[in-house]
Amino acid sequence: MKKNISYIFNRIITALLYISGSITSIVVILIVIFLFSEGVGMFGKNPTEEGFIMAVNKTNKVSHLDAEQVKLLFDGEITNWQKVGGINDSVILFRMDNITDYFTEEQIGENFENLPTCLSKVVDSIPGIIAFVGKKYIDKNFVGKELKIENINIGGFLMGKLWFPTAQPVAVMGALPLLLGTLWVSFFAILFALPLGLATAIYMAEVAHPTVRNILKPVIELLAGIPSVVYGFFGLVVIVPFIQNTFNLPVGETAFAGSIILGIMALPTIITISEDAIRTTPRSMKEASLALGANHWQTIFRVIIPYSSSGITAGAILGIGRAIGETMAVLMVTGNAAVIPNTLLEPVRTIPATIAAELGEASQGGLHYQSLFILGCVLFIITMIVNLAVEFISRRNKRVAS
Amino acid sequence: MNKKIKQQTAFWIFRIMSAIVVLFLVLILGFIISKGIGVISWKFLTMMPEDGMTKGGIYPAIIGTFYLVGGSMLFAFPIGVMSGIFIHEYAPHGHFKNFVQLMTNNLAGVPSIIFGLFGMSLFVNKLHFGDSIIAGSLTLGLLVLPIVIRTTEEALRSVNDSFRLASYGLGASKLQTIWRVVLPIATPNIITGLILSIGRVSGETAPILFTVAAYYLPNLPTSMYDQVMALPYHLYVLTTSGTNIKESRDMAYGTAFVLIMIVLIANLIANALRKFLSKKVKMN
Repeated sequence: MKKNISYIFNRIITALLYISGSITSIVVILIVIFLFSEGVGMFGKNPTEEGFIMAVNKTNKVSHLDAEQVKLLFDGEITNWQKVGGINDSVILFRMDNITDYFTEEQIGENFENLPTCLSKVVDSIPGIIAFVGKKYIDKNFVGKELKIENINIGGFLMGKLWFPTAQPVAVMGALPLLLGTLWVSFFAILFALPLGLATAIYMAEVAHPTVRNILKPVIELLAGIPSVVYGFFGLVVIVPFIQNTFNLPVGETAFAGSIILGIMALPTIITISEDAIRTTPRSMKEASLALGANHWQTIFRVIIPYSSSGITAGAILGIGRAIGETMAVLMVTGNAAVIPNTLLEPVRTIPATIAAELGEASQGGLHYQSLFILGCVLFIITMIVNLAVEFISRRNKRVAS
Repeated sequence: MNKKIKQQTAFWIFRIMSAIVVLFLVLILGFIISKGIGVISWKFLTMMPEDGMTKGGIYPAIIGTFYLVGGSMLFAFPIGVMSGIFIHEYAPHGHFKNFVQLMTNNLAGVPSIIFGLFGMSLFVNKLHFGDSIIAGSLTLGLLVLPIVIRTTEEALRSVNDSFRLASYGLGASKLQTIWRVVLPIATPNIITGLILSIGRVSGETAPILFTVAAYYLPNLPTSMYDQVMALPYHLYVLTTSGTNIKESRDMAYGTAFVLIMIVLIANLIANALRKFLSKKVKMN
């Protein structure tokens, strides 16, 4: 009997261990499912504000526009129909409020009972009009033409050049500036962190006296341990004003500030992984090189670095992954302007920063909310590719080593 | 001769580069400590914020971070250690183990804001916890899970196989061996990992943005379904979105100082523990 109980107990514990062993896999899968299911409803939806439509004069040749064009039209940046494929005629914007410019309140009626007729008359009388009107005021006698706005699709989302998710009358969601902003900031961060990190890793593994190494090691651990919000704070009060004064800029919150902070934050990852890789170089190889008359530097440059190159690559890639996913520090120092970056000295906005800054304001289940989850998916896919690449490199290493 | 000069130049470049890395740390720590230490007082640590967070203290944020660290560890530590034991002691070599390790590494590389999104959609919305300590703790717990698993694995790997074989030789079962022999030897190393992950959790901001953190609360939390203020979020608010950013700068320095101190102390304890342990092992 006692044996039975202990047997059952044994089985329970083993089962528990199996369950907790698979928890990380379950969490990764859940993350994928949740991010995707929260966001995917966005595709195929119309970005026009709900309950409203776009109407044009029935002689207008333009029958459909995408969100970006509508945004430019209503911002007054496109003033001629020719630019969007119509005839040479200037664009007249019309919103519901403008109705009083054309009709008196008496004509519209006390309870807006004549509004549909008035709208119809306005749209019919002005050839270049584009009207943003409530659906309920459009009746069957309406003489204008409804303008079709393109639904949100994956290509348009990833390649769109404008990010105005709360714009009226049409939400414009093009993630390209955010995507490029993320890569832009991360690229320069790595450009600056890689030489520093690599040199430090080689120094720690090969050159430094053990005492020096024992000082460097905890320094790097501490750098890794400083919270990102503290990095952001430091960047905001020290680096941002410094950049603003040195380059004489209107604002110091720039991609450059983000790159510096991200570079410092990526250093520990690059150093630790590269140092580990350098240390795995077999002693026999180093000694063979030294015995052939090569000095220490030649051995490092010609033997150790080539041997550990894949480990160093893994460190660099992982550093890039860290930089791409970093949120708070970037949010605080890059200025968050969603424009495609041209130089280092202008504000940019990254994907994580966008999510952090906008999710609080987006209403749950709305288009904006969904678009942020899709951004999360994009970010997740990028970091997943990074992780798998690192895994692939280090596994191949192990196989070569054994 | 040329060879020697090249070597000297290269090594000096390495030295300078390493010195720059150290300089970064000294600059950041030095700046925050020198600016923050003047703000720290007993009052600062034990009082509520006053006058639109330009005066008073950060007591509720400290308490909030304390709850969040406790809650996330309560969740992540047992599961993480069991998961580590499973991966190192139980999982048969092969595809399954590879897959589990791959997923653990993947989870470790997932950006913290993704955890925030996930925690919000699962804990806050789907499970209807609302913005609460429990939602924030679970989200943070998931974030540190890979770290706990890895340190446990590492700690178990450092236990010499001869201990296991000796235990088996005496007729102990696998569970008995793990419980009575392997874990006691590995525990101090696991605790080192735990301390480091406490440092990590207390500084994370992005995962708590949408799951628990509050801008300002006049009262301390009374249940695990309440929102709390937290140190890292408090620092973020003070520096970016407060109404009087200039006037609350001192409060921000003080908060950053407290955050840095938590990390610093966690690292010091972990290092001391590690040193103490390696000495003990040598003596054995």
